[in-house]
Amino acid sequence: MKKIIFIFSCTWLASMSLIAQNNAGLRLPQGFSATLFASNIGAARHIAITPSGVVFAKLNAPNKEGKSIIRLEDANKDGVAEKVTGWGNYGGTGIVVSGKKLYASSDENIYLYELNDKDEVVNPTAPKTIVKGLLDRRQHSSKSIVLDPQGNIYVNIGAYSNACQEKDRTPGSKGMMPCPILDSAGGIWKFDGQKENQVYANGKRYATGLRNVIGLDWNQNTNSLFVTQHGRDQLNSFFPTMYSDNQNAELPAETMYEVKEGDDCGWPYVYYDPYQKKKILSPEYGGDGKKEGASNALSPLVAFPAHMAPMGLLFYKGNQFPEKYRQGAFIAFHGSWNRAPLPQEGYFVAFVPFKDGKPAGDWEIFANGFAGAEVVSNPRLAKARPCGLAEGADGSLYVSDDNHGNVFKISFHP
Amino acid sequence: MKSVYLVVIFTLMSLFAQSQNKLNGKKIYETRCLTCHQADGGGVPNMNAPLDASSNVVGNNIARLVGIIRNGYNERVALDGYYYTNAMTANPDLKDQDIADVLTYIRNTWSNKASSISLTQVQKIKKK
Repeated sequence: MKKIIFIFSCTWLASMSLIAQNNAGLRLPQGFSATLFASNIGAARHIAITPSGVVFAKLNAPNKEGKSIIRLEDANKDGVAEKVTGWGNYGGTGIVVSGKKLYASSDENIYLYELNDKDEVVNPTAPKTIVKGLLDRRQHSSKSIVLDPQGNIYVNIGAYSNACQEKDRTPGSKGMMPCPILDSAGGIWKFDGQKENQVYANGKRYATGLRNVIGLDWNQNTNSLFVTQHGRDQLNSFFPTMYSDNQNAELPAETMYEVKEGDDCGWPYVYYDPYQKKKILSPEYGGDGKKEGASNALSPLVAFPAHMAPMGLLFYKGNQFPEKYRQGAFIAFHGSWNRAPLPQEGYFVAFVPFKDGKPAGDWEIFANGFAGAEVVSNPRLAKARPCGLAEGADGSLYVSDDNHGNVFKISFHP
Repeated sequence: MKSVYLVVIFTLMSLFAQSQNKLNGKKIYETRCLTCHQADGGGVPNMNAPLDASSNVVGNNIARLVGIIRNGYNERVALDGYYYTNAMTANPDLKDQDIADVLTYIRNTWSNKASSISLTQVQKIKKK
C-alpha cells in the first residue's frame, strides 16, 4: 500500500512539475494557467492592450533591432504572439492605450501616437509631443503614465535622490528643509491629455511626498488615483548604530496610497515602519527610528515588505477571474536588490482584495516563479523580473519582464 | 646563509602584508560597496554598474578608478553595452592604503584577474 502511495505521489509530483512548465514556469492559484505570450523582445517596462487584444510594450532602451515600442499580435489566439513588430528609438517606461490613441513616455517627454482600425501605428516617426522637459536626473527617472476618464494624464516624476540629503547618499549629510526637490519632482503631475507641447507650467502638481512611483492606476470604482511607492534605501549603511542589516532588510515598507489632489505622502521627512505601523521621522531629519513625523501626510492603505519594488499596479475590471479578484489590485514586484547581505525577495505578482474601494484583506502572492530560482542572490540572475501589468478585453492578465523581455499571459480556466 | 634567512623572512612578511591588505579590501567592500554592487559583484541592472567582468574595473585607467572611489560618481555610465544610472557615494574618509586594498580586492575577486594596486600608485593620483 505504501508503495502505491509512493508511486502515486511521484506521478502527482511529476505531473505538477509538468503543469508548472506548461504555465511558462509560473506558480499560480488553482484554476489559473499561463502562457509565454512573447519572449526576448527587449527590456519591457509597462504594457498596454487594445480592445482587439493587440499588446504594446514600452522598452527601457531600444532593443537589438533598434525598436523601443513593441507591438505584439496573437492573431490565432493560442496565447502566443506570432506577429512582433515595433518602432521608436527612445527608452522609457510609460505606455497607455485609450481608444485609437497610444501614449508612450521617454524619461523626459510624453508622446501621442494614432492607431488605425487594425491597431497599427499611423505615425511612428511623427508622434505629437504632449508633455516635454520633465526632469531626468537619472535616478528614479522613469515616467509612468495613466489617464483618468476625462482624458487627463497623470505622470510620476520621481525624486532624483534617496532621502533629500544635501549630498545624496552620503553618510552624515543632513536632509534639506524644506526639500527643494519637491518643487519639480517627488510627486505626481497632472496634464491635459490632448494639448501639445505642455511643460511644467501647464501642468499641476497633483500629489507630493512620493519618492518614486512606478506602478499607478486609475481605480474606476473609486474614481481616483492609486499609486505604489518605492521606499528609501540604505538605513543600515548610513545609520549602522540605529539600524541593523536585518532591520534594513525589512524597513521601510513599500506602500500603496489613494491620492487626491493636494495630498502629501511624506517623503523625505518620514518613512513608513510596518511593525510600529507609524510614519517615522527620517534619520536625516533628526529621527532615531522611533520619533514620528509629518502628521499632515497620508498613511498608506497597504504596506508591503521593504525593497521589493512595486513596478506595476492594476485594478482588475473584468469578470474572467473568480469573484475574489474582481475590483482588487494586482501589483508586479520587480524583486529587491538592496536586502543584501540577506537574500533578495519579490519577483512575483501580488494581489490585494478590495471591497467598496478599500483593501478588504491581507495582500497575497498571486503569481510566483518568475525568477526561476527559490533564492535570488543578484537580480541580474533572475529569469524574469515582473514590471508591467495589463488586462485584456477577455479579462486575462498580462505581465511584462524587463530583465529578459518576456510577456506572460495569465488566464482562468476552471 | 644569513641572506637566505632574510629573504625567507622578507617573503613571509610581504605575504602577511598582502593577506592583511586583502582582508582589509574585503572588509571595505562588504561594508561600503556590497549593498549596491552585490555580493557577486554583479551590480543591479539599469542601476548599479557591475564590477565582475567589467572592462573598467580590470582596465588600466587606475586614476579613474581611484577618482570614482574618492569622489563618488554621478553620471549615466555606459558599460559593456548597458547603461547604469544610480549615483555613487563619495568616500572622502578612505585612506590611500584602503583605496589600494579595495581596488586590489575588486580587481581579483569573482572572475576578475588584474594587477594589484599599490599604495604608491594611489598616492600618485592627486586628490581633487
